[in-house]
Amino acid sequence: MLRFIIPIGLFVTLVVFLAIGLRRDKETLPSPLIGKPAPQFELPRVEDPSQKISSREFAGRPYVVNIWGSWCFACRDEHPVLMELARRAEVPLVGLNWKDELPAAQQWLKQYGNPYVATAFDPQGDVGIDWGAYGAPETYLVDARGIIVFKYVSPVTIDVWEREFLPRIRQAGVKGE
Amino acid sequence: MRALLIILATLLCAQLAFAIDTAPAFDDPAQQARYERIIHQLRCLQCRSESIADSGVTLAADLRRQVRDMMAAGKSDEEIYQHMVDRYGDYVLYKPPLVARTLVLWGAPILLLLGGGAIAAFVIARKSHLPDTDPADPGLGAS
Repeated sequence: MLRFIIPIGLFVTLVVFLAIGLRRDKETLPSPLIGKPAPQFELPRVEDPSQKISSREFAGRPYVVNIWGSWCFACRDEHPVLMELARRAEVPLVGLNWKDELPAAQQWLKQYGNPYVATAFDPQGDVGIDWGAYGAPETYLVDARGIIVFKYVSPVTIDVWEREFLPRIRQAGVKGE
Repeated sequence: MRALLIILATLLCAQLAFAIDTAPAFDDPAQQARYERIIHQLRCLQCRSESIADSGVTLAADLRRQVRDMMAAGKSDEEIYQHMVDRYGDYVLYKPPLVARTLVLWGAPILLLLGGGAIAAFVIARKSHLPDTDPADPGLGAS
């Protein structure tokens, strides 16, 4: 009897750990910035680099920051969704063009359409790093108090938008008033 | 054949000799050593099994640049690590702090050692009570 207990015990332990490991989402890192004030930035605008865009312009009501780059294949998939969200105009979309080149970024917006109220140009990548970005696309929801309430890694879909973002946007707007 | 093996062995070494940054970041060897130590302690967030010292992705290069800038600005090791943790969480550190959330992580090796040791002790103790001779093979173990 005893001779079976040890191997079976080890086997069950192993299965439990493997089951936990398989169910966990290991791709998405939890962001320490959730619940914290959104990092401030002031950067040139992609549309017109002689103008600056500051995070202060969006204070006081909820907004969404979408990190993208023309080098990012997944951003290409996401773009039609962003265009649709811009059409719905439920919340302003602010672009953060991350680690990109200006002509490529401008070409992108010209070719595929511009869903953003403004796009900040961050070629060095420091502002993206301040936001805790580790890839693109990443999408952040900031509430009316300027707190990051949600972060989504990988392309946003309409389904994700309606399930994850919209309820939080409604909440985010009410809180700040 | 032998020459071919030597060439293959040399090619294998070439991988090891591949350097991310060709020139040292600091002239002062002590600062350079400190820089190397810090970037080996920080995880690359895009390729999770590599440190930012070993990774070729651009995010790792940006984080190395930030480490260099902060060192040049006279920041302490703790301030540099905190800068990264504020943005990416404890996961960015290869040696995360011992807190409630990481207890299992830090405790697992000790638990496994104790568990394995207990099982080994139990099995050895049981086996040592068995007779030295095997009834099926009376010659075995008889001296």
